[in-house]
Formats: sequence, structure tokens, C-alpha cells
Amino acid sequence: MRRLIFVLPLIVLAALVGIFVLGLNPNRDPRAIDSPLIGKQVAVFTAPAFATDQPGIADSDLLSGAYKGQVVAINFFASWCVPCRAEHPLLRKLSAETGMPVLGLAWKDKKQALQGFLDELGNPYARIGTDDTGRIGIVDFGITGVPETFIIDKQGIIRERIGGPLSDDLIETHLLPLIKELQK
Amino acid sequence: MRHPAQRWIAGLLVGCATFLALSSPSFAVRPDELLSDPALEARAQEISRGIRCVVCQTESIDESDADIAHDLRVLVREQLKAGATDDQVRAFLVARYGDFILLKPPFEARTFLIWTGPFLLLIGAGAGIFLFYRKTQRREAAPLTAAEEARLQRFMAPPDDNTTQTNATQTNATQGNATHSKGGDRS
Repeated sequence: MRRLIFVLPLIVLAALVGIFVLGLNPNRDPRAIDSPLIGKQVAVFTAPAFATDQPGIADSDLLSGAYKGQVVAINFFASWCVPCRAEHPLLRKLSAETGMPVLGLAWKDKKQALQGFLDELGNPYARIGTDDTGRIGIVDFGITGVPETFIIDKQGIIRERIGGPLSDDLIETHLLPLIKELQK
Repeated sequence: MRHPAQRWIAGLLVGCATFLALSSPSFAVRPDELLSDPALEARAQEISRGIRCVVCQTESIDESDADIAHDLRVLVREQLKAGATDDQVRAFLVARYGDFILLKPPFEARTFLIWTGPFLLLIGAGAGIFLFYRKTQRREAAPLTAAEEARLQRFMAPPDDNTTQTNATQTNATQGNATHSKGGDRS
């Protein structure tokens, strides 16, 4: 009993050190927010088309339309968003390596600026829908900003959310295996 | 005549007071967001103060100048106008952003330790300290041995001008010490 008084602080210290070491894990981002939408059916939404020769994007496209039974990515982006520029080439790589269509949702963007952005960097998107008010992003996908990428499975269920720009490392180690698994 | 330092301090105080009087608390809500119904607006602000801005994260949407905070403030007001209750508005946001969007985490099994942890720690530490001191106190209050009692009686006895008595006391005191150290071994 007496010895416990001396041992107890050491046990507490060891526990605290353990918690701190876990907190120092470089792969842990304390700012990352887990989306409660993961595992849920994609919300009902309709994003008007950006191009005149292409339709917009709606949830019905994933559930019963052109992308029925396919794994797709929805990428929220904007021409004014600097990290979006950085991840732009990776979107093409992502769709090229998996065959998965990447659908773009231009968040709070202007048509002209968006056209300039695509002319400059190329268009990796299978389709582009517009979310001028930002409401589709906020209300239907709970995004905190752009870029954000959602992976939606064959049944139209949101499987992953990447809040922030994609990186080579993230694609190689996480997204490619996940998408291949979902495509099976 | 006043000391120069006094004057300097007085000047500083007046300066601070003027600064505080002129500066208003940061007010992120834009005039065009405000609802015309003051009761509804008050509810909107009350809710907004408890909703975390998802980009600044340490500010509520009521305080934040971030664009998305503005969007969420407008969203909260639209929902209230449409007749939603405060809880419904919060639930709407939680469904999209998770419990994280609430500055105060809800009280449930998962967050039990967050809310009660400090109090549990306080009660535990208090109980530990209480038990520790009660034990030491009990040890101090151990009854005197017969020899200690006799020695104490001798010291307590009224003073007597007898040299032989003094000698006898000294001898007894030595004996008493021996007995005492024996008692010390026991504890």
C-alpha cells in the first residue's frame, strides 16, 4: 500500500507520455474532421451544367443514370483556389490509373474564370457541374472548403472524403487500393 | 505637486479607457444577414455562438469572418425562418459536419470522460489525500506506553526544590528514552 504512493505517479506519467507520443504521430492531423456522411447515401442534389455540350451532375446520375453501378469521385474545386491548382494534374492520374470518372463541382466560381482555369491546366473531369452559391458543397456534402474529394461506391454510398488537396503519396498508399477494392 | 510618474500613469489609464470606449467587440455578422424579427435574430446568434467555424476551428461562426462562417450563419437563419427549432438547426449541421461543429461536445457515453474527467480526478485525488492523512494521523495518536505515561506524569508534577528529585528525574528520563526508542521500532 505504501509503495503504491510512489509507483502511482510513475504509472500516471507513463500513461501521459504514451498519450503524448501518440499525439506526435506525424500522420495524425488534429485539424482533420471525420465526415459523418461517410457510409451514407449521397444526398439529393442537382448541379447545373458548366459546358453547353455536357449535362450537369445530379445524384440521379450516380444512382440510375450515366454512372450507375460505377465507383466515381466528386471533386469540389474552384479556379480561385490555389491548392486546387496543385492537385489538378493528380486528378487526371487518378482517373487514368483506375478508370474511375472524376466529376468536378465548381464551388462558388465564375464561368469565365473557370474556363480560363481549364484552358490553362486542362480538363481532367468527366463532367463539370456548378455550385455557384456553394450550397451543394455545404448542405449536401458538408465541405469545409475546396478542394475536397469524395469517393462514392457503386451503390451511391460515400466511402471516403479527402478534405484538402490530393497528393501522390495519398493516391498511391490510400486511394488506389481503396478504389480498386470498391471496383471489385 | 504630482510626481511625473503619477501623471504618466494617469495618462496611460485615460488612453486605455478611450481606446476601449472607441473599439467595439469584433462583430463578424454582416448587416445584410440580420433577420428583421429580433426574437428570431437573437435565437440565430445564440445558436451561432455554439457552432464552430469549420476553417478557423477555434472561433464560433458568430465571431468568424471566414466566408464559410457567413454561409453557415445564413443557413442557420434560413432554417429558423422556415420554422425549425434550435435543436433541429443544430442537428442539421451535426448531420453534415459531425459533433465537431458544436463548440460544446454533447454529453453522451462517448464523451463521458471529457465532461466528468476533471471532477473524477478531483474526487479521486481528494479521497487519496484524505486517506493518506487519516492514516498518518492515526499513527500519531497511538496510545502512550506505560513507561511514557509514568515519565509524562513526572514532568507534569509540580516543581519541587529537591536536588535528589532532579537526579532521579534524569535517571528516569534516560530509561524513558530507551523505552521510547523501543516503541519507535515497533511502528
